[in-house]
Amino acid sequence: MDAPDLELKLWRGDATGGEMVSYRVPVREGMVVLDAVLWVQANLASDLAVRWNCKAAKCGSCSAEIQGFPRLMCKTPISEYRDGVTVRPMKAFPVVKDLVTDVSWNYEVNKQIAPFTPSEKDQSTSEPWRMQQKDVERVMEFRKCIECFLCQDVCHVLREHDLKGAFHGPRFMVRVASLEMHPKDVLDRRPLLKGKGGIGYCNVTKCCTEVCPEHIHITDNAIIPLKERVDDVYFDPVRSLMNRLGGRSRKRRADRPV
Amino acid sequence: MSGATYETVETDVLILGAGGAGLRAAIAAAEAGARVLVVCKSLLGKAHTVMAEGGVAAAMHNVAYQDSWEVHFADTMKGGKLINDWRMAEIHAKESPDRVLELERWGAVFDRTWQGRIHQRPFGAHTYPRLAHVGDRTGLELIRTLQDRTVHASGVDVHMEVTAFKLLMAGGRVAGALAYRRADGSLILYRCAALLLASGGSGKMYRVTSNSWESTGDGTALAYDAGAQLRDMEMVQFHPTGMVWPAGVRGILVTEGVRGEGGVLRNKEGERFMERYDPERMELSSRDVVARAINSEVLAGRGTPHDGAYLDITHRKPDFIKRKLPSMYEQFLKLANVDITKQPMEIAPTLHYAMGGIRVEAETGATTVPGLYAAGEVASGLHGANRLGGNSLSDLLVFGKRAGEAAAAAAKGAPSGAKIDQAVVDAAVADAMAPLSRPAGESPYQLGAEIQDVMSAHAPIVRDRAGLEAGLEKILELAVRSKTCGTGGSNTLAFNPGWHTALDLRSMLINAEALLRSALERKESRGAHARSDFPETDDGLASVNFVVEKTPDGMRIHAEKRAAMPPYLAEAVQHSYTRYTPEAIE
Repeated sequence: MDAPDLELKLWRGDATGGEMVSYRVPVREGMVVLDAVLWVQANLASDLAVRWNCKAAKCGSCSAEIQGFPRLMCKTPISEYRDGVTVRPMKAFPVVKDLVTDVSWNYEVNKQIAPFTPSEKDQSTSEPWRMQQKDVERVMEFRKCIECFLCQDVCHVLREHDLKGAFHGPRFMVRVASLEMHPKDVLDRRPLLKGKGGIGYCNVTKCCTEVCPEHIHITDNAIIPLKERVDDVYFDPVRSLMNRLGGRSRKRRADRPV
Repeated sequence: MSGATYETVETDVLILGAGGAGLRAAIAAAEAGARVLVVCKSLLGKAHTVMAEGGVAAAMHNVAYQDSWEVHFADTMKGGKLINDWRMAEIHAKESPDRVLELERWGAVFDRTWQGRIHQRPFGAHTYPRLAHVGDRTGLELIRTLQDRTVHASGVDVHMEVTAFKLLMAGGRVAGALAYRRADGSLILYRCAALLLASGGSGKMYRVTSNSWESTGDGTALAYDAGAQLRDMEMVQFHPTGMVWPAGVRGILVTEGVRGEGGVLRNKEGERFMERYDPERMELSSRDVVARAINSEVLAGRGTPHDGAYLDITHRKPDFIKRKLPSMYEQFLKLANVDITKQPMEIAPTLHYAMGGIRVEAETGATTVPGLYAAGEVASGLHGANRLGGNSLSDLLVFGKRAGEAAAAAAKGAPSGAKIDQAVVDAAVADAMAPLSRPAGESPYQLGAEIQDVMSAHAPIVRDRAGLEAGLEKILELAVRSKTCGTGGSNTLAFNPGWHTALDLRSMLINAEALLRSALERKESRGAHARSDFPETDDGLASVNFVVEKTPDGMRIHAEKRAAMPPYLAEAVQHSYTRYTPEAIE
């Protein structure tokens, strides 16, 4: 019942360069790409570097480019590739070794996003909060994110143009959306989005949505509504005039507009 | 190899592990004014806590008004077959509601009741619906909330993908740890005033497990090596429902939430067999009972084609299943090509959790070694002989906070100036580097697989003396072989998993030996520990825990009697509570 061997081509190397190396892996029914990679590690290449944890698509560690497509290795069945399969590290991040990349930039970005901030009244009350399911469901979609960074990898602003200093990337648009649309959050992160977050760089090609293993509608549900919020305050002439005349926005500013 | 180079990093509180317990402890220690350094084996946010699915148990009585800390306490004690540290169980039941509400204040978003309160779902052996949850990804919600709180806390730093391999002492206290960076193999000597272990479990010593590569029992091994006592090491939990097919996914967890939401278990004859094992609680019996029931059905020839049972939730509406169990739906569809809204799942027990671990003081998480603290799965006591679902996430929060506070306080009062013995450092470094000097030695992957084979065969769900003794002999033999093992072929320091695995073996072997020796000592069946040669529960052993210690003559086990519960707790356990069945909720 077992299928014959499969040719698995892995990128091997480090920051100074590397090459594709071919391995033959015995295929078991139901095998995923990560199983094949770990089989190579245990049997043919003990120092093959690969990052993984849960093996159940819940931790987002084993991101790679499989046949050129950014995917989780643990969720990609070998059976999709009868004529061999190629696995490369994510291209948008610097290679550490083999399939492992340096994703620390993402953690730095997260630090720049002001944390969840409820109103002083909500903060000080001793009563448990009341929120309705339909009000929290909207942010639940964003909170499904497992931080695999595949959306960052596929985003051409980061991948092709390497504008990491100017654009925070889809993952962090989702993160900001999860805070901005939280029923109890009162902070205004629009200045960050327009400034260092660089939301204007996104030109809505939806590649990020396509690769998201959690099926988060990154572009439609997170980025576009955030863009609208930013436009409202910075580019709507009527709103802009009202703000200048001292109209107070519902939310507090996270920092001054850039 | 003296003269090995390492960087020295100083902090007040060093925390090994960045799962729920480690992060909650970091927040608490930082709030108490300590400088905190969290060191974790993987990237931040990837710890095993993300795998927790069903929910966090807390008697908030949002769904069943009858719930209270006393009932939660009683459920925990009965689930643990009374060998729990009752003081820990009391603290846990009393404080978990506050810890859950606190998470909400930090931005966590739980499912709601129609009144807008945090929803609570029924779970195995909990008398009332008690698990606050977010669909079936509660652990992710918990870790993300704590992660964001941690990175924005002042005075907390995180070192990712760094593995500790030795605890260091000075003046009779823990004073630091040695570790290597996975990326380049460079070494770090951490100096600290207090050290907190929050490094999780040891499931990787079994072949079929829900645990990731990280769960090699490092914390228990490091503490044991430093002289700390371990407790209840025979108690490991087989979760009743892991995936069995296809072979590649064997062991992956299927949340108890499936049964909490009404899923039923059947054997290949279509019989709802739990009627014969626990007619009252059925599928929502405690995990030890359900896992053994499935095991018995398979042994009796009534198992499914891949030696498991069927878990069926198809009687629920597809929309309900997709909303309440989204990641289970996705997991089976993607990995097994099974639509759980239409077909039953095939499941079998999978090694899931270590109830045993480092012996800690209930109030503070202090171990028997000064300056050393532990919280979460690596610690022992709360769960006794069997953990209830949902009690792990609340454990992390309650005791993570307490241990973090205690470690910060200890760090403030710690005497400074005592020197770490350089000879100890040099020897530990040389020992860690040794596999690199024999790349052609035995493959660590092969040895790891052999450990898994031994434990799976000799310490399974139902054990006996002959099997355990033979297993112990094999583990001791593997320990000898692992002393001279290589890296599998490469001597590079750069991200070399062969070398990392060689070091992980040492932890696995200590955990395996402690498990086998303790299991031999406990001559009865209780909770997760079932012996075919001692099938009855011995009431005389209800007040006894087995304690493991390192001595100059090797590992020693001794029985220790626990103090009796105070009357108000004993009454809470004896009281009979009216159950609230899932059917009654809708």
